[in-house]
Amino acid sequence: MTGATATGRRPSLTRRTVVDRVLLYGAATLLGLWTLLPIYLIALAAFGKSLAVYEFPKSFLPTGFSTETMSFFVNSTGVLESVRNSVIVALGTIVLGLSIGTPAGYALARFRFPGRDLFHLAVLSSKMFPIAILSIPLAVTFIGIGLYDTLLGVVIIHSAMVLPFIVIVTAGVFHGVSRELEEAAMTLGTSRFGAFMRVALPLALPGLAAAAIFAFVSSWNEVFAATILTVRERTLPAHVLAGLNQSPLYFKFAGGFFMIIPSFFFIFFMRRYLFNLWGPGR
Amino acid sequence: MAVRAGRALPFPARFARSDAALPLGLLAPTIVFLTLLILIPVAQALLLSFQATEGTLGIEAYRRMVHDVAFADSLRNTLLLLVLVVPVQLVLALAMALLIHSRFPGHGIFLYIFALPLAISDLAAGIVWLSIFADTGYMNSALAGLGLATEPINFLSYENLHLVLLTIIVAESWRATAIVLVILLAGLQLIPREYFEAADLFGASRMKRTLLVVLPMLRPSLQSALIIRTIFAFQTFAVVLALAGRQFPVLSYEAYDWYYNNRNEFIAAAFAALILLMTLTVTVFYLRLLRVKDAEIQR
Repeated sequence: MTGATATGRRPSLTRRTVVDRVLLYGAATLLGLWTLLPIYLIALAAFGKSLAVYEFPKSFLPTGFSTETMSFFVNSTGVLESVRNSVIVALGTIVLGLSIGTPAGYALARFRFPGRDLFHLAVLSSKMFPIAILSIPLAVTFIGIGLYDTLLGVVIIHSAMVLPFIVIVTAGVFHGVSRELEEAAMTLGTSRFGAFMRVALPLALPGLAAAAIFAFVSSWNEVFAATILTVRERTLPAHVLAGLNQSPLYFKFAGGFFMIIPSFFFIFFMRRYLFNLWGPGR
Repeated sequence: MAVRAGRALPFPARFARSDAALPLGLLAPTIVFLTLLILIPVAQALLLSFQATEGTLGIEAYRRMVHDVAFADSLRNTLLLLVLVVPVQLVLALAMALLIHSRFPGHGIFLYIFALPLAISDLAAGIVWLSIFADTGYMNSALAGLGLATEPINFLSYENLHLVLLTIIVAESWRATAIVLVILLAGLQLIPREYFEAADLFGASRMKRTLLVVLPMLRPSLQSALIIRTIFAFQTFAVVLALAGRQFPVLSYEAYDWYYNNRNEFIAAAFAALILLMTLTVTVFYLRLLRVKDAEIQR
């Protein structure tokens, strides 16, 4: 009953609730603009004429739309290769990260076993190691075993980086898949593995897809390790970073916009699992 | 084997009482992977940092790190960014989280907008704000358009290091507030609705309700947010490089520079070890600090 004032049915809109509403939407709009305006502006810079970046003062309206800057960027030496490398590394991270992490997530969700809490803690705390302290010794090791400056080497460190998140997310996903269904399948004669493959896995697929997208975006964005571990086999962020000193502004702006494209889709797929990733660990 | 043994048991016990071999087998790849790629590299990095040259132990690398011309600046800048950025992120994220949590019509769209930077890299964020703070960028255009500045301001010049710092703070606050938002929203959802309703019933103003009811109950989430943001603040790297280049040294950049440009993995490892040490110190500090307060409340 107390909720009636809070939800504010039309006829009972008091002055206070009207003021509240205005303040609420005002604040939300302001914070929304703070988030969106910079993205709009980089899009404006990326889809203007190349030399327009040196014009002053600039127009804030999309008057000079042109694909010149973007096509200059895409056709610059090394960009297409680095985009291809980035996609390969990100897909490799999905495959390696999920194939290692999913069984662990399943085990955390389904079994009580000695050392379970310890394992959980180890996974959670492995999220906190700075990428610098991992990539420098790994570079030394990779030089020794021939993985330095290879895409596989980058895939490996990116998988290590996302693995703790994948274990936690997939544990949450399998937690949400009813174990009774698996048990039912097993009473009907399938093996445990068969029950997993035919019952749990299909039901968990949307959640696993979210974990995959998380892995993709994390790898796509990572720059420190990708730079330390490669010389020629650059990913896109490593390529852009290496050229920061020499490249013209319009190249950087186009590259910046290009790199944020996946983030527009990220949240659509991740919405349900956001709280698993960074929320209080269960 | 495990399945056959399970078949004799009633259903619910089958999962719970299966032997430990299966879960351990499922965990094994993760354990091996994390050992090989996190545990051993960390040990290796520490070992590297205590070698001056191949094979000899000593603190030579640390001595050279401390005497690096950029050491004091990079340490100060890293700490400065931490101290200035994290509070801004917390306040912004708290405002966003409380707004979303009030579930006004349309809050879903705003959650999508607020969370957009979640998947934007620090390099891309640096470049986004470069387009705004460059000499001929949008900020100067706006200032000129509004008649607030007669000449473009050099936000990113080494002559105005406090302005450079400001642009980095803005970019980092813009990018990483989203993670804090998600953590705080998750925490808000754990607070029973009754607490909000009870506060309303007693006529508490929205401000009072936030300060006296919501914030204390949000402490665990604030704690995780603080820890996660601090860990990442110590790793600030590409956003600084995109906006300021070499003129604003930070610890991560020094580690990168020593390895990549000077090819000295020992001093690079020393910088990385320093970052790790600071990360651990601050994490323990937060855990302690916030736990003590818990004990006080219970009294």
